[in-house]
Amino acid sequence: MITAGIDVGSKTVKVVILQDGKILARSLVLTGFEQGKAAEEAFALALKQAGLSAKDIQKVVATGAGRTSVSFATESVSDVAADARGAVFINPNARTVIDVGAEEGRGISTDTRGKVIDFAVNERCAAGAGTFTEAMSRAIEVKLEDMGELSLKSTQEIPLNAQCAVFAESEVVSLVHAKTSKEDIARAIHDGISNRIAAMARRVGVQNDIVLIGGVARNKGFVASLKRQLEADIKIPDEPEYVGALGAAVIAAS
Amino acid sequence: MVTSIKKYQTRPLDSFKKAVELRKEYYQNVREAKQQGKLLITGGADSMVALPAGLGDYVFFEGEPYGATISMDPEFSGKCVEAAEAKNFARDMCAYMRNYWGSMFLNKYYFGGEFPKPDFVMQLGFCDTHAKWMQQVGEYMNAPYFGIDMPVGTPGRNVEAKVKYLTSQMNDAIEWMQKVTGRKYDDDKLREAVRNECKSSTLWSEIVCYNKAIPAPLEQRLIFTLFIICILRRYERKSVEFYETLRDEVKQRVADGIAAVATERCRLMDDSQPPWYFLQLYKYMEKYGVSVVGSHYSFFLGGSLEEMPDGSLGAPKTPDEMGMPMKTREDILRAYALWYIKKPIISQMFALPHFKSETMLRLVKEWKVNGVIFHLNRGCEGTAMGQMENRLALTKAGIPVMTYEGNMADRREFDEAQTLRRIDAFMESLGLSKLES
Repeated sequence: MITAGIDVGSKTVKVVILQDGKILARSLVLTGFEQGKAAEEAFALALKQAGLSAKDIQKVVATGAGRTSVSFATESVSDVAADARGAVFINPNARTVIDVGAEEGRGISTDTRGKVIDFAVNERCAAGAGTFTEAMSRAIEVKLEDMGELSLKSTQEIPLNAQCAVFAESEVVSLVHAKTSKEDIARAIHDGISNRIAAMARRVGVQNDIVLIGGVARNKGFVASLKRQLEADIKIPDEPEYVGALGAAVIAAS
Repeated sequence: MVTSIKKYQTRPLDSFKKAVELRKEYYQNVREAKQQGKLLITGGADSMVALPAGLGDYVFFEGEPYGATISMDPEFSGKCVEAAEAKNFARDMCAYMRNYWGSMFLNKYYFGGEFPKPDFVMQLGFCDTHAKWMQQVGEYMNAPYFGIDMPVGTPGRNVEAKVKYLTSQMNDAIEWMQKVTGRKYDDDKLREAVRNECKSSTLWSEIVCYNKAIPAPLEQRLIFTLFIICILRRYERKSVEFYETLRDEVKQRVADGIAAVATERCRLMDDSQPPWYFLQLYKYMEKYGVSVVGSHYSFFLGGSLEEMPDGSLGAPKTPDEMGMPMKTREDILRAYALWYIKKPIISQMFALPHFKSETMLRLVKEWKVNGVIFHLNRGCEGTAMGQMENRLALTKAGIPVMTYEGNMADRREFDEAQTLRRIDAFMESLGLSKLES
């Protein structure tokens, strides 16, 4: 059976095509303003990579914030369900799934089958998601992709007290004025986000294995901060941003 | 955990129309109190609304339900909260208060005409922000203000001291009301109003107990329409009559197996006031076969529950049913003080979250609830207090819980799409899918 999972996130659309438990293709495009179009584009790209046409796909399941915009989807599932299913598919020992995307962070407690037991989502605040790092990287004039490595070179821990992205930015500006090194500021930013994410994960109960997914999982500085916060090892899949789409494809196949 | 799919018989509730009529009449009475020769008093919904009865005919214009009503109209509500904010009142203050104040500052009564000027203002300070709410009203409207301080503390402890504290203030209030209105106080009228209030409350408590039945004869949206009379008009005989009729109707629905949600296959409770401008939330959950059978808030704002001899929760007895003397003014005030001291909404929700947790666990068990949805309500400091402790207590007991953030009466702080997505995820975790699909 060939299925597709489409994860329409606020920043990117991810597609995974799956055949009998094997990933045939992946694609990722920027969401932009027209989610439906972006989904079509990403789907076409994945089909091309797999050498398939749309009629070869027996079921398409959409997930993510813009899942209702996927007109060609057979059905849709919540991002929480897709995340849990995808994480357990990759790592059958996954019991806690932490997803940090562009706009939202989630903590999910799952059972052995990838069924959601409990979940928490960061409430209407950008300080627990990837866009926050992006905004802060602009504030300290560092490329987003360099933030992780930079923070690993930090020599001192500086607490970022603000819980709100707007106030946190003011604090970062104050640190810049105080001639704090960019390395230490970068770490402070990652510690700030991971504080919020760890608190959210603890709300659902943290159990091993902890699997971190979403685009922010590629940020080494954030991962280091989160490990310190949770005092635990964190498993990161090879392609962490595709786990939601993969979960949707798995659900489509089940 | 989730019961099998079955379609129950359902039918509209006859009393619904009467509840709507009584509410409409109440807001007309507020507007026309002066023409009707009645006193107009304003204050909080949990004020001791029977207390002014000794002065003669009156209408008690309650702040919170009015704020909630305004919030259902996004355009008017937007103007009101902005008017309050333009007067430098912060956005994170009570959202009911900001809607009410805005209406007052704009001098526009939602049901037409100018904002009604009260003869006096009377507030029970059980919510710390509300004493100041009504003080501001008194100052702005140039109306005399009397605040009664509500004693809080562990239920069942220092009861006599609390009674003494409340009754002494009520005696002062009576003296004060006579002075500011020039009217003589009639204890017989006070007795009647207190009796009406206590009876309305116990009838409501009796009614919510019928919702233990499967299928539930009432669901939360319906409950909100029905419970409001017990808030707005509980000191009136009309309220007692309404709840007697409603009680009989609900009892019959249980006997006939009539469901509020025909497809009931999962029973939930929620917590705190809902986002009043988005009650479609409940309709949305019905698509999954969910019946929201009530909440700590909707059961206890107007009612109270206590342990029955068989160990279950049931309606408390009125002072008369308990055999309390109601002859003299002191008798009546003592009974009335005890009634308020026992109110769970005051002693649990606004003061002692661990007591609320214990009660919620009992409600979940007895009302056969499959999960609880918390509205983390940014618009109410009181009902938001201790919600995360309550959540923890429920999750520790193995009860599925979902939270979403919002504001009961300020739409600007509510994200409809995000909330529905979260509901979808919660439904999936409960093993439910939309019935229409």
